[in-house]
Amino acid sequence: MSESQGTTGSMVYKAGAVTGDEILVDGWELIVGLEVHVELATATKLFSASANRFGDEPNTNIDPVTLGLPGALPVLNRHAVELAMRIGLALNCTIQPSTFHRKNYFYPDQPKAYQISQYDQPINIDGFLALPGGKKIGIERAHLEEDTGKSTHIGGAGGRIHGSDYSLIDFNRAGVPLVEIVSRPDIRTSEEARQYVTELRSILVAIGASDAKMEEGSMRCDANVSVHKPGMPYGTRCEIKNVNSIRSLGRAIDYEMRRQIDMNEAGETVRQETRHWNENDGRTHTLRSKEDADDYRYFLEPDLVPLDPSPEWIQAVRDAMPMLPGARRARLSASTGQPADGEAVMVVVERGQDDYVLEVAAAGGDVGRALIHVKEGFADEGATPTVPAADLAGLTRLEVGGQLTATQAKTVLAEIVANGGGDAAAIAAAKGFEAMDTGALEAMVDQVIADNAAVWSKYCSGEEKAMGALVGAAMKASQGKADGKLVTALLQAKRTA
Amino acid sequence: MTPRTAIQIAAGVRAGTLKAADVLEEHLARIDARESDVHAFNLVMTDQARAAAAAIDAAVAAGNDPGPLAGVPVALKDNMCTHGIPTTCSSKMLQGWKPPYDATAVIRLAAAGAVAVGKTNLDEFAMGSSTENSAFGPTRNPHDLSRVPGGSSGGSAAAVAAGFASVSLGSDTGGSIRQPAALCGVVGVKPTYGYVSRYGLVAFASSLDQIGPFTHTVEDSALLLDVIGGHDILDSTSIPARQPSLRDAIKQDVTGLRVGRITDLPEGADPDVAERLEAAFDALRAAGATIVDVQVPAFSYGLTAYYLIAPAEASSNLARYDGVRYGLRVNAADTNAMYGATRVAGFGEEVQRRIMLGTYALSAGYYDAYYGKALKVRRLIADDFDRAYQHADVLLTPTSPTVAFPFGSKSDNPFAMYLCDVYTIPTNLAGHPAMSVPFGTGAEGLPVGVQILAGTLGEPQMFRAAAALERAMGVSK
Amino acid sequence: MSQRITTADVVKVAKLARLDLDPEAIERTTAQLAGMLEHFADIDALDLDGVQPMNQPYPLTNVFREDIILVGLDREEVLAAAPEAEDGRFRVPPILGLDS
Ligand SMILES: [Mg+2]
Ligand SMILES: [Zn+2]
Repeated sequence: MSESQGTTGSMVYKAGAVTGDEILVDGWELIVGLEVHVELATATKLFSASANRFGDEPNTNIDPVTLGLPGALPVLNRHAVELAMRIGLALNCTIQPSTFHRKNYFYPDQPKAYQISQYDQPINIDGFLALPGGKKIGIERAHLEEDTGKSTHIGGAGGRIHGSDYSLIDFNRAGVPLVEIVSRPDIRTSEEARQYVTELRSILVAIGASDAKMEEGSMRCDANVSVHKPGMPYGTRCEIKNVNSIRSLGRAIDYEMRRQIDMNEAGETVRQETRHWNENDGRTHTLRSKEDADDYRYFLEPDLVPLDPSPEWIQAVRDAMPMLPGARRARLSASTGQPADGEAVMVVVERGQDDYVLEVAAAGGDVGRALIHVKEGFADEGATPTVPAADLAGLTRLEVGGQLTATQAKTVLAEIVANGGGDAAAIAAAKGFEAMDTGALEAMVDQVIADNAAVWSKYCSGEEKAMGALVGAAMKASQGKADGKLVTALLQAKRTA
Repeated sequence: MTPRTAIQIAAGVRAGTLKAADVLEEHLARIDARESDVHAFNLVMTDQARAAAAAIDAAVAAGNDPGPLAGVPVALKDNMCTHGIPTTCSSKMLQGWKPPYDATAVIRLAAAGAVAVGKTNLDEFAMGSSTENSAFGPTRNPHDLSRVPGGSSGGSAAAVAAGFASVSLGSDTGGSIRQPAALCGVVGVKPTYGYVSRYGLVAFASSLDQIGPFTHTVEDSALLLDVIGGHDILDSTSIPARQPSLRDAIKQDVTGLRVGRITDLPEGADPDVAERLEAAFDALRAAGATIVDVQVPAFSYGLTAYYLIAPAEASSNLARYDGVRYGLRVNAADTNAMYGATRVAGFGEEVQRRIMLGTYALSAGYYDAYYGKALKVRRLIADDFDRAYQHADVLLTPTSPTVAFPFGSKSDNPFAMYLCDVYTIPTNLAGHPAMSVPFGTGAEGLPVGVQILAGTLGEPQMFRAAAALERAMGVSK
Repeated sequence: MSQRITTADVVKVAKLARLDLDPEAIERTTAQLAGMLEHFADIDALDLDGVQPMNQPYPLTNVFREDIILVGLDREEVLAAAPEAEDGRFRVPPILGLDS
């Protein structure tokens, strides 16, 4: 998120290429849709009672259903359905009656040689995810399906599938419940893609649906990428797989966009295919083309019955939903006056410390200062900081009252955090902090003006930047005791005078 | 000699007047004498059966009740999983495979005190009507060793007919219990879909498969269904509602029962079979039932719908036999080559044919013309039956168009074999219960069965009619 | 129904089904499937407009299991039944990719 939108690989967003809503690169518009698979935080598998647990010894979380033994039958996990419903509600979807299909294909990590997945009637449809800046990315569907086992490739070129001597299969992950969240192709930049996945991850964690760890594979992302010229139909898309981090997602999309633009401009045709992101060379590579795509022979899974959650059940799930990150940011923004997608609000909500900031305000503290203190000073604290809200409130009151400068307050805060609490006034007194009285401050400011006459005249002739140097000089002269806001106000007053 | 029926055996064992061990030894002696001719079993579980029988006797001696099937020797179709005991589906693909778990029906039988004597032969993966498609050689009809026992549960039917077991379990996807029951002269029942748990039954066609009993008497079948039937949380398609006791149901006679004759039934039954069906109508009329005419216009489309739907489901159900986790593997240079070599070596010709047919019926471009259309025909058939059951409580048809036929007589023409199931298939499509009751003999003195059909959960009426036919035949118990 | 099934169709289907049929088996299967599909053309005469497909015979909805872990299978017992196992896992020949 903090990465610049400027250069990535060979790609440069050209300033001034933006017309209306379109962001154009060499005249081309990027179109991205994301398919995100998340493993649900259930105790057991989607269709059986063996454990859904990451990191166990291979093939220890197995049962007849997981292994696809002859005669085994699936039975749907109620909690998995409930978590899928939470995801649907969090993504503003409609929850509808749904069914399960068999997707038939042979692969060693797919024990039954079919995946049970929701096909033409998924549980959640037609929603959206709002990015922090407000843009809505449409959600086509968020459906339930089962995960596969895991293959390890032995021999050949170091664990890669190609050229390996043989493979070993662990079925612990087989049958783990997944929700596949399919966005509409509403994403226009790699930055939006990163924001989408980051925001989605926050939502999933907030609602307890998944731990959503890309590094452990509990959240996996495929990107459908195409480019077109505005006013023309969307181009042929390629699906990019094996993107293992949010950073890689951005890189992979940018690389793929450039590749497709270059092909188009060279008069070549982009083929519809699945491509594989290689983290090492920073390129995407053909995995398989559409011509040899499998014929999955979908049909309704006869071993399962339709799913039709009652309105009462849906309402109960809705009632139990926590406040989502977007709403929490809006709330904090409203009470602090800081922008909802500004860094302070984003960071504090991401850490789950927004409730705490509001508690400080409720305890009589200054909410704006509390936000900054929590953002700057509570990075190592969890969602429920140990410092009593009243103590932080006390600190902010001293600042507002002019008894402490910002710099002094920072020092006091550090001590409060280190001690897990404390009376700000007492700490300030012990450190000998006292705010300069107004007369002394004004004398000091006059001295600063005299010492920096050239800068002062620049400031007076309208060069606002010069103010910073003057304030800095004042702070230095006062050894941090001066209140920066008061100094600024005095300088402004003296210029107008 | 000890009694044959489960009711009598269990009563004697529970009362302490009969030893489970003695009952078992008599059955084992008959197996010794005739099994090499009949080949009903893929595996005779002599040691396990003796241990189980001894445990039953010990329980009785200790004053405990082993349950309603105490000491009853039962044979299990070899497509039901038995923990630690080979379950082959009569296929090279699963030869030697020992499941690490038991089927629900197997657990319920054991919990009721039954003694499993062996795993019975079948058409490979239950695909066939003669048990000729077994990878381990055919089962012969105990009534005439030159003839088939029917199929696919031919081994289970023959085991009961030959006295190798008092009762047995089979599975019925398109007639695989009822047709061999008719050809071997025993009672065979396919319950309503969902009546008996399918957990641990190796799937052929999931939306059609049902487990059911083979017995000498109608009451024994009622007893077995009372034991193995009922809800199972491990099978999502298992019917949750508690079902009335069928042993209680048959205490009621057929006075006032409306017995339907399907006037537009597909023709093709042999005259001897047709004659026994007429006799059955007469017997039920004489017992107080009313005979009514009904139509089931879509009945004759059952065969087509079935031979598209069942292979389609089978093609998916049998895809798991890939040489990775269990069963046969033919090694090759890569996984895809390994799959292809393994599956062509492990599956017999009929199984391969149905996998091909089913894969085709589901494949891109053909789904609507074949599988999708068959599902609609299935609906027509169910709807037609439902209309017929507004006028009749049960329907009567032949079970099989013919008596037991000689080996090889239909094996070179798949479609001729498929016609064996013309009367049994439509009920599987509708999910309704149906059963075959022996009703005299036809050509060459071979057994003829009459099929009784009922609507969803119509087992009580169906069993009442069956008991009445049995009484009319004066079956000895 | 559709046009007659061809050898090419059967080759494609055999590949989908992972059955290594030899040319003779392909020919035989083509003839047999063609014969059967001819019989199955009887349903072409039916008017199926508006008929709802019937997937399952007994109508049930919302059948669930609670999210509780139960004892699973013993790994050694399961791997002992596997064609090939190594290091607590199932061993397979090299995987060439989703399609090959
Ligand atoms: Mg997908
Ligand atoms: Zn998916």
